[in-house]
Amino acid sequence: MNARGLLRALPTMLRVSFAESVAYRAEMFVWVLSTTMPLVNMVLWMAVAKSAPVGNFGQADFVGYFLATFAVRQLTSAWAAWLINWEVKQGTLAMRLLRPISPLWGYASDNVAGFPMRVVVALPVVLLSIALVGADKAVPQHAWQWGLFLVAVLGGWAITFLANVAIGALSLFLDSSQKMMEVWMVLFFVCSGYMYPVEFLPEGLRTVIDWLPFRYQMGLPVELMTNAHDLPTALGLVARQWAWVLGMGALAVGLWKQGVKRFAAFGG
Amino acid sequence: MVRRYLRLLTVQLKASGLQALQYRADFFTDGFTSLCWVFTALAPLFVVYGSRPEVEGWSFGEALLVVGWFTLLQGILEGAINPSLTGVVEHIRKGTLDFVLLKPADAQFLVSTQRFLPWRAFNVLTGLGLFIYAFLLLGRGPSPLGLLTSLLLLGTSTLLLYSLWILTVSAAFFVVRVDNLTYLFTSIFDFARWPSSVFKGVAKGALTLVFTYVIPLALMTTFPAEAMLGRLPALSLVGAVVGSAAFAWVARRVWIRSIGHYTSASS
Repeated sequence: MNARGLLRALPTMLRVSFAESVAYRAEMFVWVLSTTMPLVNMVLWMAVAKSAPVGNFGQADFVGYFLATFAVRQLTSAWAAWLINWEVKQGTLAMRLLRPISPLWGYASDNVAGFPMRVVVALPVVLLSIALVGADKAVPQHAWQWGLFLVAVLGGWAITFLANVAIGALSLFLDSSQKMMEVWMVLFFVCSGYMYPVEFLPEGLRTVIDWLPFRYQMGLPVELMTNAHDLPTALGLVARQWAWVLGMGALAVGLWKQGVKRFAAFGG
Repeated sequence: MVRRYLRLLTVQLKASGLQALQYRADFFTDGFTSLCWVFTALAPLFVVYGSRPEVEGWSFGEALLVVGWFTLLQGILEGAINPSLTGVVEHIRKGTLDFVLLKPADAQFLVSTQRFLPWRAFNVLTGLGLFIYAFLLLGRGPSPLGLLTSLLLLGTSTLLLYSLWILTVSAAFFVVRVDNLTYLFTSIFDFARWPSSVFKGVAKGALTLVFTYVIPLALMTTFPAEAMLGRLPALSLVGAVVGSAAFAWVARRVWIRSIGHYTSASS
């Protein structure tokens, strides 16, 4: 399908996906409530910082950091890997392949159309954070910071989504790639700044993490939201993030194209 | 009566066991993912204790005991409790719970024992490994009395987990779509990762109250760890035993009530 056809189809696809996300709002709400990990870790770090600050972080900084983590997590989550695994197993991927548009656009629109609902959830958390720790620790302060933050959230989502597609596509080679997705999630939890700010890690580990994609999924948007970087550093990090978006995109599309050739649905 | 149920339990266990033997490779993949997830519980502790020798009166080795209990209970939850009760939700949704209710045995017993995933027990092994590592770090062993108490508390914790689960599943009779409620349950259980005293400083102790009395997570992991260290007050022990018995009783009542609300899919 050419670019013009895609542009014509996308608004309709987004409308359908949005209607779906509204229809399943209760379910989404439960998913949001089960994002407890930032809060679990916030409590731990608050206890740690009670007597004296840890590095640059006092109790208020931790509250700001982890509430930001909660909000960013809502905006950057993707679940295409599980969906692809399921559809490959059930054979329903065939229905998507019949459409004159790549299924990847369908998965993406499912994700993107959830944004408005997710913003509705993330916003009160951000407001709460402002009320608790003050605007300077909870949200960007200058226009350039807001701009870079939005770019970083988009990039974080793109990496997460494309990694999901890449791992999901592996299910076409391996029957099921769910375990692999779990391993990816573990690495994400440990390396991304989801459970603790990455700056607490020892120097050597941090260099490694700077080269891995995980930090750019979560840590970078959160750091930009809580004003941890000056302009040059922020620009450098965002550039690295988008390098990962491109790399992950190439990997995901490549794996998908090879994998789909192997797809065989039952029935007929 | 008791003998009949014991025989039923063996039959159900055997069925699950045979099923698990068909997927022997799962032992390794489940084991590997279990080790990975344990790492997510340990990583924050490594980072925290890199900067502090002690947090809220817990040293690294002691906090490790809590993580050990958390992992062990997660093994029980995922291996013995979750699979069966996810099955109930499926039964309710499809209306096939009829077949269970028709059988001449207690329905709660039948649904709670319908499926076990023995390979998930790998988490239990990991938990035991963490205990050994923790006591090596502490440079002493647990006292025999402490071990005994912690075994008793393992019983009460399992009972508590199971009762909380029954309560969650009972909700399925009213709202049906609860497969992600089960996920919610597992994520709330994540709060049991740390020693419960870290909650003291938050919201003026309100969280401590919630996690001791409303959702008794503190009882499940922190109490057994304290028992192993030999510093659990006798009163807490009595409280844990009485409390979990009361919880189980309430859960049973609620289950019986909710099952009255069951309407089969076709009628």
